[in-house]
Amino acid sequence: MNLHKLSSRLCPTVTQKFRHLHIQSSGQQLEAVAMETESTEPNPLSVFRTSEQYPTYHSERHTGQYYTLPPAHIQKLFPHGLPPRFQLQMKTFNEGCVMVRPPVLELISYLKKADYSKPPLRYILYGDIGTGKSMSLSHALHYCYTQGWLIVHIPDAHLWVKNCKELLPSSSRPSRFDQPIQASQWLKNFKITNEGFLSKIKTTQQYVWTKRESTEKGQPLGVLVDQGVNRMKSSSDVVGAVLRELRLQAGGATEGEGAFKLAVAVDGVNALWGKTSLKKEDRTMCEPEELTLIHNLRKMMKNNWSGGAILTALSQTGSLFKPQSAYLPSELLGEEGFDNMEPFVPVSVSNYNEKEFESCYLYYLERNWLQHPHGRSEEGKKELIFLSNKNPSILERLCAFL
Amino acid sequence: MAASGCRGVRSILWKYGSCGKNFCLSRSKTVPQLPVRHICVSSSLWKKNLAAAGPQKFTQEFIDKQVEEFEIGKRHLANMMGEDPETFTQEDIDRSIAYLFPSGLFEKRARPVMKHPEEIFPKQTAIQWDAEGRPFHFLFYTGQQSYYSLLHDVYEKILAMERHQDKMRNKGLLTSETKQILLTGSRWLLKEEIEEYLVENISDHDYMRLIQLMEKLLSMPYCSLEEEFILKFRKQLEVQSSKHEIPALQYDPQGVTFSVADGRRKTAKASITLRDSGSGNITINGRNYLHYFPLLQDREQLMFPLHFVGMLGRFDVEGSVEGSGHSAQAGALRLAISRALLSFVSEGDVEKMRQAGLLTADPRIKERKKPGQEGARKKFTWKKR
Repeated sequence: MNLHKLSSRLCPTVTQKFRHLHIQSSGQQLEAVAMETESTEPNPLSVFRTSEQYPTYHSERHTGQYYTLPPAHIQKLFPHGLPPRFQLQMKTFNEGCVMVRPPVLELISYLKKADYSKPPLRYILYGDIGTGKSMSLSHALHYCYTQGWLIVHIPDAHLWVKNCKELLPSSSRPSRFDQPIQASQWLKNFKITNEGFLSKIKTTQQYVWTKRESTEKGQPLGVLVDQGVNRMKSSSDVVGAVLRELRLQAGGATEGEGAFKLAVAVDGVNALWGKTSLKKEDRTMCEPEELTLIHNLRKMMKNNWSGGAILTALSQTGSLFKPQSAYLPSELLGEEGFDNMEPFVPVSVSNYNEKEFESCYLYYLERNWLQHPHGRSEEGKKELIFLSNKNPSILERLCAFL
Repeated sequence: MAASGCRGVRSILWKYGSCGKNFCLSRSKTVPQLPVRHICVSSSLWKKNLAAAGPQKFTQEFIDKQVEEFEIGKRHLANMMGEDPETFTQEDIDRSIAYLFPSGLFEKRARPVMKHPEEIFPKQTAIQWDAEGRPFHFLFYTGQQSYYSLLHDVYEKILAMERHQDKMRNKGLLTSETKQILLTGSRWLLKEEIEEYLVENISDHDYMRLIQLMEKLLSMPYCSLEEEFILKFRKQLEVQSSKHEIPALQYDPQGVTFSVADGRRKTAKASITLRDSGSGNITINGRNYLHYFPLLQDREQLMFPLHFVGMLGRFDVEGSVEGSGHSAQAGALRLAISRALLSFVSEGDVEKMRQAGLLTADPRIKERKKPGQEGARKKFTWKKR
């Protein structure tokens, strides 16, 4: 890890503690060590970095600072989850650093205080294009993961309503359409993220897939997921079944071994109620309601279950038939979506403020990302502020060729 | 017809061997064929060959008569317009003619005009030889008598100066510090202007020689004696930066200084208010500039004037723009911002901005499509046969 090399040059003690962090894998011990490093010495290298790796402990004093996502967590939690540009940046910098920002802290505080015996709260992250909604969602999801929740993460719902090569008529219901590729892909990722839970949760009823295949009652969830991964034809229905099981058992109401909390995270939730760009065989437009995956996901969005939280983010960039100036929930969700999602907790995400911009700039400097000598000067910084208007994504694209 | 007449006369007279004298006689006979009198004639004769027009297409009497008629006509016009004939200026004449003869023509030079005959009829040389055919000027046979006589004069002055210098040296009063002529802020007359002055055509080579000779005159120590002569051939340049009008600095009710300015580029019109509050927000047509100009290049155009004077984070800009495309709108906004900045910036900076090209309105517009071509430049497919 680059962080190791940097810190080892100046401060060997910090390095050793970090090594501890990465070798051990159980949650509680890690938390204890993390608390120690936090309190002993502040990281002498950089003002904009924090050594606090657990979103649980992120607080107002960490705003504007970057924390590193542990690579093990990245592999497990985000096999498909992070925004593509961030993945590129991770590959370049050899580490995944996320900035701690006030909207996420707000969201995490709500998550901490919520009552999980009641129906889940719906949180919608909204904001202008490129202000960091997906990244904030990922940050919050990391928090849920470190707390041991079960994660249902749909990285981009827009991918399910457009560019689908294979659209099969559903095997179970005649008026619906299946998307086998997307469904099986998602099931694979789900498996990687929630490996621990797959053996613990049992099915509550029998599912019949075809004349010869069926899943009995009481089977572990892993079997169900495997069924979907292996048999592409019925994978969309498997997704529906999985979601239903999770919904029923999230609060620990049924005979499950331990109660688990369910985090449903959907990015680009406005796709569920928008339009699709898929066409049926008779060349008419497909409604989102007619797609199995979307239908099941909509059921998830309703708050008729308990024991979890629904985190969503709006997205205009992938959306179909929406103008670029639309960013408010009412505009992007449409009437139907708004009615369905109401009541929800809106969390607004905006451009960087002065401190956050400063920290981002220092991060790029430290990583030698700003190669141009003028980029290091005060005037260069002012130019960057002007040209990007402190918008995170525009700043990132701007610095990419500097 | 005049030419053939001449030739006919010449052929007759050739037998008598006295072509020269009678040539001019025949010439003077053909002169009374006066062209039709016209009061309002366009000055499209401007750029025509001055010398090749030949000596005296219009006689002096003719010109005098035209001048008289012009004066009378001016008084009639003043009466018609109900103004005082005594104080009727050329501008008033132009205004009245434009009112009485409204023209929809685009070319300004093709519209009806009433000007003093001196401006309309080209300056021409008087007949340069006497009744016996002997030319008046000793340099007539060079073909460009006024040009060569000018060179001759200048050289005379150079020699006179050298003699003066020798005299001073003999007396012992030779000083190297003599009054120098101020030449900054003026330039040599252009070739066209010299041609107009000499009423003759000269070539580029001739013009260069003339300028070289004038430079030689200037290089001599006592050139201040001939200052008046030399300044006749120099034209004052206007100071460019004084032409820009700086928009006034206004004050808000809260005491914030702001200024308003306009800018145009290729059908796009922009108008902005530059406030000195200090945050660097830019709002265009009610939207943030990041949304209005998603393209980096447009935002760089907006940044250029502020970055150039180094006041990036200081101003708030509120603008409205309409017309044309995104690039033209960005250019129009840039010009508007630069103009508004003039009131916040020092004199030296104004000059620098002018030299950087921030204050110049870009004159390029879409070129007209011509008939017989696909577009402005593109031609139809060329077929060899």
